[in-house]
Amino acid sequence: MRRLPGPIILSGGLVMVFLYFPILVLMGLSLNASTMGVAWKGFSLQWYAKLLGNPAMIEAAVNSLIIAFTSTSLSLLLGIGTAIRLEQQQSRHTSWMMAIIVLPLVIPEILLGVALLMLFVLCQIPLGFGSMIIGHMVFNLPLTVVILRARLRKMDPAWEEAARDLGATPWKVLTCITLPMLRPAIWGAALLSFTVSLDDFVVTFFVAGPGATTLPLKVFSMIKTGITPEVNALSAILVVVSMCCVGLSWIVHQRANAQSSTPSSS
Amino acid sequence: MRHYSSHVFPLPVSFSFWAAGLFLCLFFLLPLGVVLGVSLASRGLYGGVQWIGTFENYRRLADPMIGVIFVRSILFASLTTLVCAVVGFPLAYMVARASQRWQLVWLTLVMIPFWTNFLVRTYAWVLILRADGLVNSLLLQLGIESEPLPLLFTDLAVGVGLVYGYLPFMVLPLIVAIERIPPQLEEAAYDLYASVGAMFRHVVLPLSKPGFWAGGVLVFIPSLGAFITPYLLGGGQKMMIGTLIQQEFLVSRDWPFGSALSFGLMGTALVLWFVVSRTSLGKDVQ
Amino acid sequence: MNATVVLEHVTKAHGQMVAVNDVSLSMKSGEFFSILGPSGSGKTTILRMIAGLDVPDSGTIMIQQRVVNADPPHVRPVNMVFQHYALFPHMNVFDNIAFGLRMRPEAGRNIRQAVERMVALVRLDGKSQRFPGQLSGGEQQRVALARALVNRPVVVLLDEPLAALDQQLRQEMQGELKRLQQEVNATFICVTHQQDEALTLSDRIAVMHAGTLLQVGTPQEVYDQPASSTVARFIGLSNSLSGTMTRLENNVCWIEHEAFPTLMARYPSGAAAHGPVTVMVRPERLHISLDVPDKGYDNTLPAVVHHIMFHGNEMAYQFRLRNEAVWTARVPIGETRRAQLAIGQAVYLQWAVHEGLALVP
Repeated sequence: MRRLPGPIILSGGLVMVFLYFPILVLMGLSLNASTMGVAWKGFSLQWYAKLLGNPAMIEAAVNSLIIAFTSTSLSLLLGIGTAIRLEQQQSRHTSWMMAIIVLPLVIPEILLGVALLMLFVLCQIPLGFGSMIIGHMVFNLPLTVVILRARLRKMDPAWEEAARDLGATPWKVLTCITLPMLRPAIWGAALLSFTVSLDDFVVTFFVAGPGATTLPLKVFSMIKTGITPEVNALSAILVVVSMCCVGLSWIVHQRANAQSSTPSSS
Repeated sequence: MRHYSSHVFPLPVSFSFWAAGLFLCLFFLLPLGVVLGVSLASRGLYGGVQWIGTFENYRRLADPMIGVIFVRSILFASLTTLVCAVVGFPLAYMVARASQRWQLVWLTLVMIPFWTNFLVRTYAWVLILRADGLVNSLLLQLGIESEPLPLLFTDLAVGVGLVYGYLPFMVLPLIVAIERIPPQLEEAAYDLYASVGAMFRHVVLPLSKPGFWAGGVLVFIPSLGAFITPYLLGGGQKMMIGTLIQQEFLVSRDWPFGSALSFGLMGTALVLWFVVSRTSLGKDVQ
Repeated sequence: MNATVVLEHVTKAHGQMVAVNDVSLSMKSGEFFSILGPSGSGKTTILRMIAGLDVPDSGTIMIQQRVVNADPPHVRPVNMVFQHYALFPHMNVFDNIAFGLRMRPEAGRNIRQAVERMVALVRLDGKSQRFPGQLSGGEQQRVALARALVNRPVVVLLDEPLAALDQQLRQEMQGELKRLQQEVNATFICVTHQQDEALTLSDRIAVMHAGTLLQVGTPQEVYDQPASSTVARFIGLSNSLSGTMTRLENNVCWIEHEAFPTLMARYPSGAAAHGPVTVMVRPERLHISLDVPDKGYDNTLPAVVHHIMFHGNEMAYQFRLRNEAVWTARVPIGETRRAQLAIGQAVYLQWAVHEGLALVP
């Protein structure tokens, strides 16, 4: 029986509207020529132009990209091997790792922020790019491992066993079987952790140095000094960028699923 | 779970495993240790930390002023979780039981806010709720109100913001849980004279429990430590634990007390996490 | 004539695919009715429409002389035993069985008594506190049956009730099903793709293929007088040869084929038709002669041994005929003389006139 109860569709649809309405309001206002209030005074891209003409804004954008890119790459470097080892072997080490690895994703973010801040200050590590990249890796690494492990779990171990049976060394199994099959998930994980890093506010807020600022920090300081249409434009850009990254990673994920995870279903 | 007792891992795999472990020890466990250490130290004269051991900071948690903030936060977080569960269930059910093509569309639409900038999503509500925001403009224009309603910087604003912010965290685990319920069970219930309401009450809701637990944790813990939402939508007047911690660290510069607060927050969150994961595991086995 | 369930010109499409095409059927009160067909033949869709889980696109469905097309499942006096049982995993055996009674306020207060009687009836005494996950396949099957029967439905629908059980259990449950049906005296409508199951259990059988109804009749009728070669194949007449009918006498016809001597077979359909027909013979009815054909048989076909398979209690031989058709013969293992057959050996396949069946294709 494919029919869904009417009240379910109605309330589900309303909740969907609730999820998107504020985002659409924000985007609409960023295209409004009016400087004050919500009254529509005509379509305009001037706020975007103003952002692009602001060197501080460009610098923040570049900083954001550098930090997101570096923390994502390093997380992948460490995360791929960790996920493989966690999935393929159960030992005392791996069960400890499992316990630790999900924690950064479930504890309140503000805790991570203050804990890292105190560590850096007490160890006299200067706040700046380094501290922000490390801070982002604390949640990007677990995120990467969790995503890759979910994928590994769906892969049929028979493939790797077949390769081993056919005489492949562990190294060959890794490079010829495991990694190629994991590739879509690696791209998906990279895109998601890039998004999360680009969007992160709380941890960045605590570990940012005086020199370097990122786009979300910029949004926050602009909101504090007063709401201007430029904030709307900047926010809209951030939303669109995350949507694109998430959409892309979602497409990659669907493709990987379509390619199927077990030989029997293909 | 695969189990190879004699599994040999290529060197890079082992290397990254141990490097990741080391990284998390250094930059996750150690900082938490620092929080614990500092929470037992005293505040320096001009901020900073003086390494004189004391339980004073934890004693201060019992201060009624602080207690009120803890209770407020727990209340807010519980209400947020409850509302998210009630509001999220119909959407999750709709997505989980949609036809294959529609499911992909709905799932994408639910996924996107999940990964979209939290700060910006909260800020959007400022635009809607403030004195010359969308709601008030509409009310004035339609002549329903002559004065703008004070919507922003209220408990309601914080509540709406929290629900809005964390709703996807409830919906996604619920979708997973509902998808695992074979549709045949629903048909069997209808066949055995259950009405739509009775079917949901006796079959879908009880079997969605793992999803409610997982979603509940994912909503409750971050809303308990929420900082952006009460700051932007509550105006920082009526504090929650998150805003209080931020203030202790960046305004009052009382790190030891801030650390004690953080530890209280983490303790509350962790205890709940373990209790709930135990319970939901127990349910799964059954 | 007291029909419990009547289907009149029922059609149902799933998207582009017509699952059930203009089917009319009527099931009598208290009978065990089987719908036999391969997967995708539309038999399950018929069951679901009777249960109210699917709505027909056109045609009418009547239960006890009342049109129920648009009635939701929970108001129909019908209960279903689902293919994989669909037991509620979070309820124990007792609660599963009691579910239907609890959903109906008019079921009264004697729920405990009714459930316990049912538990005894399906021989699950002492297991009512277990959860479905703690039961064996056969026990789950019994719970599913009890859960349907406890509501005293007018019609019980069974969707491949024995498919998930192993061979031995299946035979045991066949007897059990028959016993329960006689005990509760309801109409049982059973969907299956196993011809032996349908033949043993049923009072009447409907054979379906690709959404259409091919034949309805008692097991004896369907077995002896299949209406078409598709039906014949479905009830085990797997060897076939097409030829031309040249003579018809007392329901026996003569068939000519360019490559073989004249064959004789039963022609039950009555209608005199000279033209193309298909001769069909069951694998277990073929006699294999080695060097010279035995005199005692009416039909003889030369063939070459193509493949030999050991099936434990019997041997299965595949033969290639002169026209490249492949025929199968099954021989009980006791008749050891046959075991001497070798691949490539030329033999004669023989059968008596009443073992073969001629059908208009």
